Amino acid sequence: MALLEAQEITKTYRLGDIALNALNNVSLVIEKGEFIAIMGPSGSGKSTFMNILGCLDKPTSGRYMLEGVDVANMNRDELATIRNKKIGFVFQGFNLLSRTSAIENVELPMLYDGFSVKERRQKAAAALKTVGLEGWENHHPNQLSGGQQQRVAIARALVNNAPIILADEPTGNLDTKTSAEIMELFVKLNTVSNITVILVTHEPNIAAYSRRTIKFLDGRIISDEKKIA
Amino acid sequence: MINIPSTVRISFRALRVNKMRSALTMLGIIIGVGAVITMLAVGTGARQRIGEQIASIGSNLIMVVPGSTTAGGVRMGAGTQPTMTLGDAEAIQKECPSVLYVAPVLSGVAQVVYGNQNWSTGITGTTMNMLYVRDWPLSAGRLFTEEEVRSAAKVCLLGQTVVDNLFGGINPVGQIIRIKKIPFTVVGILEAKGQDPGGHDQDDTIYVPVTTAQKQLFGTQFPGMIRTIMVKAKSTEDLAAAERQINELLRQRHHIGQKQDDDFTVRNLTQMMQAAEQSTKVMTLLLGAIASVSLLVGGIGIMNIMLVSVTERTREIGIRMAVGAKTWDIRLQFIIEAIILSMIGGVAGIVIGIAGSKILSMLFGWSTIVSPLSILLAFGFSGIVGIFFGFYPAYKASLLDPIDALRYE
Repeated sequence: MALLEAQEITKTYRLGDIALNALNNVSLVIEKGEFIAIMGPSGSGKSTFMNILGCLDKPTSGRYMLEGVDVANMNRDELATIRNKKIGFVFQGFNLLSRTSAIENVELPMLYDGFSVKERRQKAAAALKTVGLEGWENHHPNQLSGGQQQRVAIARALVNNAPIILADEPTGNLDTKTSAEIMELFVKLNTVSNITVILVTHEPNIAAYSRRTIKFLDGRIISDEKKIA
Repeated sequence: MINIPSTVRISFRALRVNKMRSALTMLGIIIGVGAVITMLAVGTGARQRIGEQIASIGSNLIMVVPGSTTAGGVRMGAGTQPTMTLGDAEAIQKECPSVLYVAPVLSGVAQVVYGNQNWSTGITGTTMNMLYVRDWPLSAGRLFTEEEVRSAAKVCLLGQTVVDNLFGGINPVGQIIRIKKIPFTVVGILEAKGQDPGGHDQDDTIYVPVTTAQKQLFGTQFPGMIRTIMVKAKSTEDLAAAERQINELLRQRHHIGQKQDDDFTVRNLTQMMQAAEQSTKVMTLLLGAIASVSLLVGGIGIMNIMLVSVTERTREIGIRMAVGAKTWDIRLQFIIEAIILSMIGGVAGIVIGIAGSKILSMLFGWSTIVSPLSILLAFGFSGIVGIFFGFYPAYKASLLDPIDALRYE
């Protein structure tokens, strides 16, 4: 059974009388443990596809199976539960809660999953250690560098033991050196912890960290290349 | 699964971020709750006071006063016709089965002298029944005897105000005072009663036997004339019957024909007092209702700020949704925030309200009573205001699209 399986997914936006096909019959199979880069110019449909993979959005038609379960027709709360348990998000703009310490940001997903206060603290501290931020638990986002903030976001994605990390331009706001460090962290999580990493980027040198590169154009997949290791 | 303690903590933090805004929002509720508590305290105090005054004039009271005269088509006021006599009072006592006590009254104002002190006060000529009619005990001495009434003895009972003004610390019982230069022996002191519902000092009075008043003090050309008859009915249920019996009896005794007007008036004092109490009750409710409007306005203030807060924190809502917050997680977060705002406001308002009623009673001498029920009511209301006015903003927040919310700048 594939980890993720998109079957003929179409997403249509209606702008008045004009129907805009953001995605056009996209089918894709992703196995557990893959490291995928999704590339494409803006408007190619890659972000829409990521939103559907992340259960933030629903396809207009088609099926999307996550661990064999069709999530296309789930309601808001069911999708929220899937996001909570199966998917960790990493965003370009970090999306941390301001005025909230690093460790509390990491605890956030567990807040909606019935863990005790003690468990939350322990697991969040462990996740921060994994991303190399031991000792920074009580710093607030505005006291952290961009790279550190993104590490907090990655720790938050990891903390619920989600099998999938979806990263949308994770290095977009970072300098080259920090970008490399973040990408190495993703590689480590992928190889050591066997977490499936799917990231959207438009930089070829970032995509080079992946083992499979999928290119989008006009709502379709135009290429799907696996790197031979 | 909803994590209430953590949600409460998050809410407190969110409220602390905008301290000034939270405080101003609470101010609406503080004023609202404070106003409700104060107004109810003022109303309750007024009611209790009226209740005490009603009790002080005596219960189940009926007053019979002479009717008015008509002189050449001009109607004079009540009491201008000297038609009632001691005989009427005695007849009422004997023949009206619903009547418990009857006391005749012939009163006037006179100068009273003791030693080098003097005082002008109301003198009431009556019988010993008066004190039963008025439920008025003595604090010292004794009542008139029947013999003293019959023989028009020069004895008197003093109200506390008269005692205070004539006797500085001396025991008045047994002393001789002069009323209109006639010496009277003080035989008893009336217990202090305070003001009647009209604000009149009931203790500023002297009671003398009615016969003495007729012969020595307020003598008229009509023998046996009295000004008023005070009647105590057997019970509240007997009041109406007593009124009717007195009416019939006096019409008969005064030979009033079928079509003629009464030459007397029967007034049910207790009913009048109860009407006064009822109107205070209505006033309390009205004051409370007006004050509740400010609570409502405070609630709208909360809703307004919560709506602003939801808009400001759209991104935060998006992040929470992305990591798995469900509809009710988001809703509860904002509802709890609104409840915290209104509850803290409510508690502060209760403190302000209690302080406000104390200040009012100090400044204006109003008796105010803060009842536990009004506190509970105000606190409960502020909580309900929080839930009610917090719900719409919370509902709006929970309907945000996570993708749009995450992109919100």
